[in-house]
Amino acid sequence: MGRNPVTWLGSPAFPSAARTALADVQLRGNLAHATGTIRGKRAAAVAELPDWERLRLAGEAIKDDVLANLDTYLTRLESQVRARGGVVHWARDAAEANAIVLRLVREAQASEVVKVKSMATAEIGLNEALAEGGVSAIETDLAELIVQLGDDRPSHILVPAIHRNRAEIRDIFRATMPHAAQVSDRPADLAEAARAHLRSKFLTAKVAISGANFAVADTGSVVVVESEGNGRMCLTLPDTLITVMGLEKVVPTWRDLEVFLQLLPRSSTAERMNPYTSVWTGVTPGDGPRAFHLVLLDNGRTATLADRVGRQALRCIRCSACLNVCPVYERTGGQAYGSVYPGPIGAILTPQLGAGTDDGPTGKLLRSLPYASSLCGACFEVCPVRIDIPEVLVHLRNRTVQEKPAYDPEAVAMAAASWVMASPRRFRLAQRLLGPLRLLARGGRIRRLPWPASRWTDSRDVPAPPKETFSAWWRRTRG
Amino acid sequence: MADPREVVLRRIRAALADSPPVPPVVRDYEVARDVGDVLDLFAERVADYRAVVRRVRVEALPVEIEASLRARGARRLVAPVDLPGWWRGGEVVWSLDGPAHPLSVRALDRADGVLTGCAVAIAETGTIVLDAGPAQGRRALTLLPDYHLCVVRADQIVGTVPEAIARLDPVRPLTFVSGPSATSDIELDRVEGVHGPRNLEVLIAH
Amino acid sequence: MTTRVALMATCLTDTFYPDTARAVVRLLERLGCVVDFPKGQTCCGQMHYNTGYRREAATLARRTAKAFAGHDAVVAPSGSCAGMVRDLYPGLSRLTVGVADRTYELSEFLVDVLGVTDVGAYFPHRVTYHPTCHSLRVLGVGDKPLRLLRAVRGLELVELSAPESCCGFGGTFAVKNADTSTAMLADKMRDVLDTGARVLTAGDNSCLMHIGGGLSRLSTGVRALHLAEILASTEEEPWAATP
Ligand code: SF4
Repeated sequence: MGRNPVTWLGSPAFPSAARTALADVQLRGNLAHATGTIRGKRAAAVAELPDWERLRLAGEAIKDDVLANLDTYLTRLESQVRARGGVVHWARDAAEANAIVLRLVREAQASEVVKVKSMATAEIGLNEALAEGGVSAIETDLAELIVQLGDDRPSHILVPAIHRNRAEIRDIFRATMPHAAQVSDRPADLAEAARAHLRSKFLTAKVAISGANFAVADTGSVVVVESEGNGRMCLTLPDTLITVMGLEKVVPTWRDLEVFLQLLPRSSTAERMNPYTSVWTGVTPGDGPRAFHLVLLDNGRTATLADRVGRQALRCIRCSACLNVCPVYERTGGQAYGSVYPGPIGAILTPQLGAGTDDGPTGKLLRSLPYASSLCGACFEVCPVRIDIPEVLVHLRNRTVQEKPAYDPEAVAMAAASWVMASPRRFRLAQRLLGPLRLLARGGRIRRLPWPASRWTDSRDVPAPPKETFSAWWRRTRG
Repeated sequence: MADPREVVLRRIRAALADSPPVPPVVRDYEVARDVGDVLDLFAERVADYRAVVRRVRVEALPVEIEASLRARGARRLVAPVDLPGWWRGGEVVWSLDGPAHPLSVRALDRADGVLTGCAVAIAETGTIVLDAGPAQGRRALTLLPDYHLCVVRADQIVGTVPEAIARLDPVRPLTFVSGPSATSDIELDRVEGVHGPRNLEVLIAH
Repeated sequence: MTTRVALMATCLTDTFYPDTARAVVRLLERLGCVVDFPKGQTCCGQMHYNTGYRREAATLARRTAKAFAGHDAVVAPSGSCAGMVRDLYPGLSRLTVGVADRTYELSEFLVDVLGVTDVGAYFPHRVTYHPTCHSLRVLGVGDKPLRLLRAVRGLELVELSAPESCCGFGGTFAVKNADTSTAMLADKMRDVLDTGARVLTAGDNSCLMHIGGGLSRLSTGVRALHLAEILASTEEEPWAATP
């Protein structure tokens, strides 16, 4: 199997990528500002619905049903899409999906395509694959456009350019947009510049490529949730529409949307409803594209599905609430996660989707991701489909540990620690052995210890071990 | 070469070899709820998106539409061919779009605005839903003009999202519209006005 | 009726913070409990579990369950250890079920089981409280620690900004991702210093070791002190936490 492009080639393991990111003062400020804003708004949007917790439970249950009967729902979706004039393709991995899309674009005789923001196509590196095939893909979502024009990488699921502030965006636009040399840093002006830049592309594009937020098995209807209207442009104006969708995005019935169309907007942009949601089924004569292709993408999803604990990550509706509340993400930003899926969901999804394709450095990155969390649990608290992210993180850590060789230093230390702790006698002895550390202490604190304890003492003191432990005191006084 | 479809389906079945238990989906969330006066709430929530919203009497629609268009300075309007004729009036050049004579994309792009009805509206979220049904036209019609004037009848407004979903047929092309086009892509703050109509005006007719 | 309580001191508190465990004993005895300290206890296995060493954690879980078998109530001055026992033990080993549902974090035990919020404490200092993540999100202790603190005479309680934001400890996270952990710590320390409090308290010595270790490194003059030690302090017998 080839490399899974879900991770970026050459990305270092999380701790060292994080170190670089933490040193970027501008990035830290931008992230703190953006995540701080959205957190408060999300809380308010959620508080408006008295049945929020019940909606979360229903969302979880619907998605669990989807996963447990995925084959049934996908084949049902397939036949419904076909019955209404669409064509369905299946792709085992990124390369296969990219090849299908490239072939379809060529068949439509297009050398340029417009794209609606889609995680699935970002995950498979579609733009790069199209470029290699001589097709240029134009991102039309504002944040994706900022990333594309800035020759940058995304750092957030919903707002890929969240690491950029308005002044930086202005500079990118001035440098790359032919008619934006004078644009100001007012968000409204920046949005206007993007509108002018893309208008003619929309009006002339022959092929559009989108992702899908949901697809209804019963009816074959596909749903795209967006804000700017670039989605509507792509879904409506070109002759050919190609939608690339992860297998897990199917939902059983139309009624299920009554749950997700409440959960998603409030969790992601903290709005009661996002500006535009489009629903289409196959091809409608006289309205929208004349050809519709749906590409169903595996790319590691079935392997994820096979893991009893890890499979819950496939419930994800990509709202990004977990990123916005994550204290680690807030400080390091998304690029440190080395993948289009950053933050808590990335820490559990990337290692699962990318498993098995891990060449040396990629394997190191994948193994480091489940440790990129303090397990504070804020992500689980906000997740609209109740993915127990801390549970999956610990589960994946366990998977990593099981793959370690027996002589791995950490494994040896952990085994020794548990051997000591497994016996009260050995534990008391170990406590006594810590006593001499007191000699290093000044004023009750120890300031420096050798490696690896230095990773603690580099920034924190350690209390000097007391003359008498509590258990010793208890024995002495209460015996 | 193995058929990818068969491979993927086989992988799925193998992955589910443990037959994960699926508890039934409990739908004890609120399908409808007391939202007070639906019209008031709808008007308030639409206005929250910085759309213009006015409540008008049905019989006064022609006058009110004309007033809106005049205030906006819109002179070249497009509309679906099945728009009630009596809504159209004023010193406006009307171009009608229909299956027999679809307007070109350029023509839609050049129009000052578009006038339509809607299928359903949701009070709680301030949303209008278009389903390409009567008085709504195809999707491109309400997308390209920069100004969308939408007439919502009182009986089309429901309280909640589930109530709206129940009224809609997903096999029709649907567009849920909540305010003018907007983006949160700059510092996660909402700014109105990107690719879709930057001006949305809703007339609640009762 | 006297309540018999088994104290789960936790390995960290037993080894590095004996004053906290002594404070728990004094506090519970003052409230009329009979306190026992089962000798077989060592470590709940949380560090192993959270780092991915599930097998080792299961061994420690079984040992802990055995050590506390036969006690009506187990009280731990640690939100994360109590959370480990209550939330995660059942998934590790069936043999631990008995202990899981009888284990309480200190503030829960005081408020829910003993039904007290005013424990008769006196602590005339300006104090701020950090709700640790596991007490908040795993156990759901809510405002119980705050209710206990508000009832302490002489104590001036000042609220942290962003109290629910993680301090960055996270067990082995603090060393595996030391830079990120330190960045989180820095923000937490800034919030603590902004309150002007002299004492930072919490229900977990692990987080306090981290935040307190940072506050001490920078010689801020702010002291990290476990909630139990504040609640144990009275006018007649001020808590003289002597190393
Ligand atoms: S894991 Fe949950 S919170 Fe995070 S993006 Fe997915 S659905 Fe949203």
